[in-house]
Amino acid sequence: MNRKMVFNIFGRLIRIEGVLLLLPAAVSLIYKEYSGALIFAGVALGAAALGTLIRYTVRPDTQVIYAKEGFAVVTITWLGMSLIGALPFVISREIPNFVDAFFETVSGFTTTGASLVTNLPEWQKGMLFWRSFTHWLGGMGVLVFVMALANNISDRTIHIMRAEMPGPVVGKLVPKVRDTAKILYLIYIFLTVSEMIFLCAGGMSLFESAIHSFGTAGTGGFSTRPESIGAFSPYIQWVITAFMLLFGVNFNLYYLVLIKRFKAAVKSSELWVYLGIVVVSTAVMTINIMPIYNDFGDSLRNAAFQSGAIVTTTGYATANFDMWPALSRGLIFVLLFLGGCAGSTAGGLKISRSMLLFKLVVREFKQLLRPRSVNRVTMDGKPVEEETLRSVATYFALYIIATAATFLLICFEPFSLETNLSAAVSCVNNVGPGFGEISPIGSYAGYTAFSKLVLSVAMLLGRLEIFPLIIALSPATWAKKAR
Amino acid sequence: MRIVIAGCGKIGVSILSRLAAEGHEIVAIDSFDDTVGEIGNIYDVMTVCGSAVDFDTLNEAGVDKAELFVAVTGSDEMNMLSCFIAKGLGAKHTVARIRDPGYDEKALAFMKQQLGLSLVINPELFAAEELFNILKLPAAVNIETFSGRKMEMVELVLKPDSPLDGVSLADLRRKYSAKFLVCAVSRGGEVYIPDGSFVLKSGDRIGLTAAPTEVQKLLKMLGLVQRQARRVMILGGSTTAFYLAEKLLESGNSVTVIERDRDRCEKLSAGLPQGAVVIHGDGAQQELLLEEGLNTVDAFVSLTGMDEENILIAYFAASKDVQKVIAKVNRPEYTEMAERLGLDSIISPKKIISDVLARYARALQNTVGSNVETLYRLMDGNVEALEFKVSADFKGLKVPLKDMELKPNILIAGITRGRKAIIPSGEDAIQAGDRVVVIAAEHKLFDLDDILLQ
Repeated sequence: MNRKMVFNIFGRLIRIEGVLLLLPAAVSLIYKEYSGALIFAGVALGAAALGTLIRYTVRPDTQVIYAKEGFAVVTITWLGMSLIGALPFVISREIPNFVDAFFETVSGFTTTGASLVTNLPEWQKGMLFWRSFTHWLGGMGVLVFVMALANNISDRTIHIMRAEMPGPVVGKLVPKVRDTAKILYLIYIFLTVSEMIFLCAGGMSLFESAIHSFGTAGTGGFSTRPESIGAFSPYIQWVITAFMLLFGVNFNLYYLVLIKRFKAAVKSSELWVYLGIVVVSTAVMTINIMPIYNDFGDSLRNAAFQSGAIVTTTGYATANFDMWPALSRGLIFVLLFLGGCAGSTAGGLKISRSMLLFKLVVREFKQLLRPRSVNRVTMDGKPVEEETLRSVATYFALYIIATAATFLLICFEPFSLETNLSAAVSCVNNVGPGFGEISPIGSYAGYTAFSKLVLSVAMLLGRLEIFPLIIALSPATWAKKAR
Repeated sequence: MRIVIAGCGKIGVSILSRLAAEGHEIVAIDSFDDTVGEIGNIYDVMTVCGSAVDFDTLNEAGVDKAELFVAVTGSDEMNMLSCFIAKGLGAKHTVARIRDPGYDEKALAFMKQQLGLSLVINPELFAAEELFNILKLPAAVNIETFSGRKMEMVELVLKPDSPLDGVSLADLRRKYSAKFLVCAVSRGGEVYIPDGSFVLKSGDRIGLTAAPTEVQKLLKMLGLVQRQARRVMILGGSTTAFYLAEKLLESGNSVTVIERDRDRCEKLSAGLPQGAVVIHGDGAQQELLLEEGLNTVDAFVSLTGMDEENILIAYFAASKDVQKVIAKVNRPEYTEMAERLGLDSIISPKKIISDVLARYARALQNTVGSNVETLYRLMDGNVEALEFKVSADFKGLKVPLKDMELKPNILIAGITRGRKAIIPSGEDAIQAGDRVVVIAAEHKLFDLDDILLQ
């Protein structure tokens, strides 16, 4: 284990977080919230100093890193980042309790959007900005951001990228990791800014359009309003629906479009399955909720928004779907698991993984039917490596175990089974809202500190896809020998 | 610059790691999943799994945007076809490895033109040429020639009782009238670009530039044995061995080749010119080597496919007082170990080829200025010797060298002007049309202007 390298990269990251904290400080200044600005500047300075100190005192002997260093870096930076990111909320007394603030920040960075804040309208603008900005950073990945900026970390940063980017297989767009990271961020920034423009055109203030674009881009779900997107006009709701779906698409496809390889882009079967799921669930829900809204347009808009928000794990809401008929609620519960496409900012199991699992099941049936037959699983016309299939199956098992464990650990809470189960599923999949107590109009405020910590870990497990966290936390990884 | 490399065998990976270290964007193609996965883990390159002649694979690798396409799969014909397709798809320059001796110069020239190849590389032939050069001058551990053979770069190891022990370079110049320049010294793993006050010690590995005739003179003055190897024993009948034997025989040496495989022996016997002795037998047997006259040969070259075998048998030959022993070692980590064992002449075809491609890539990048014509890595890769053709827009034209402000760790080691080789002093100046040999440590030079401090 190249510990020095792990901490060196950690130092760099904390320093960059310090720099990024200047952004909300600037926002605070613009809105003349001088105490807020001071808090952000203070935390920024502290983080930058700490990061610089770590970076220059821990000098690695070699820059060689392997997969386990990648896992370790990702885990400790995400934990460290959330701890530091929670400080402004605590110091400003917006969220006086540190555990609560940590939960909120983890929920931000992991793009879950699970909130325990009940007094949003009273919040300082700068604090609101930082809360949503964590979504934007966590969506594409903070380390990917660092990689796009720094040019001399290591030749093997691919291990870090793999650990941070979700999906069964992480590939590069261009030969160099750094250029790949840059391209991804440029696409990300372009889409975010486009959304802001569309939202501003719909009469939203610049501040709110930024907040909601961050929430959509990272597929997070923090809003400025207690009633989420329900507070805005149908135009805004449609724009956000469209952008949620756009951010749930594999970013590699945008790159293919960018380099004019349209055919390769539309060949992606994952994209079509993803769109198919959205269309079908929208159709079913529209019919199912017609009696409530008595209007086709309203029903369609609400159904489309909710299915988009849940599939992409954004977790925005235009209606309290907890009040919807059982069929729609059941559908939403199932959609909580699915997640967007691999290589997008969405959380969850990922469509491509579900597809591979389904294909594995089909293959097993074929094999049982004709034991001597040979069946290679393919995806988009290419054979899938057995190793990938194995890791997908293992991941699925771990994912179910993680969800079950989270659920069991919070079961002692005096809430309904529905509330607790949906809270566990929603946090592991980085969605945000659920049913009962944590419905779109509710919050996680009622949970005890212990459960909040359990759910925070669950969110990190979901965002980093379990393996990095488990590997980084096992002592064998940190053993002195065998680097 | 985007470079696509098809085939990730030993040579392919060596080229890839060298070019990736030079900062190029590399896409690697190989038909094995595992190979490709491993490479993607170690180097910052993109990998594509598939056949080097498959249309989709080449498209996926983006050959249409590639500046350079290098085909180094195991098969010559595959390399040619692969380059041909890549060229058709839009790759600007294509390089194919063609190593079958069956393709003679005429055939190669024809195919190069027909297939639009920019360069044909033959690692075995390059290695044989380098071996041949070393055998011509057995006192040197390594010898590299610059264009037109008017300037040579010779590496020597100072023996314990060397007359140069304790002599400073300034004194050395005064003492010996020969025109040469010591331009790099490796001592205990550290490499120095020395100035006049530098004092040599025995055990140093020194690199010097001089005209070939001057090299002979100098070695004679130093009392170093200077008898060209006449009787050479080659272990292992590889393609390199074939080329080397051919060259040696053509220049009138006697050659014994020992090869384990019967069929291979037949082929060598049929292909080599008259006079070659081809022995079928296991060269790892010391008895056989002695029977075939190991202690009567001037030089022993170990060229089997196994690094370990080459090192050990070469060591055995050295213990039998063979004057010059050379081992082929492909793994860089073994090279160092072999040197520590006392084998000073090590040759690595991989290194030679990656030098050639690194030079080619640098020249492609620098299309307007003074181009790199030759590039060698010396002293285990820590120092580069580069030859530039000076263009008319070089910024330091006609400035006496003593007034030229160079970056640290850079030395102008030689100038070739027309037929004349100049070992430069402070009064000399570079002119347009010259060829200049520059020694550089810790720099990557693309253009002659890069040596100037500014």
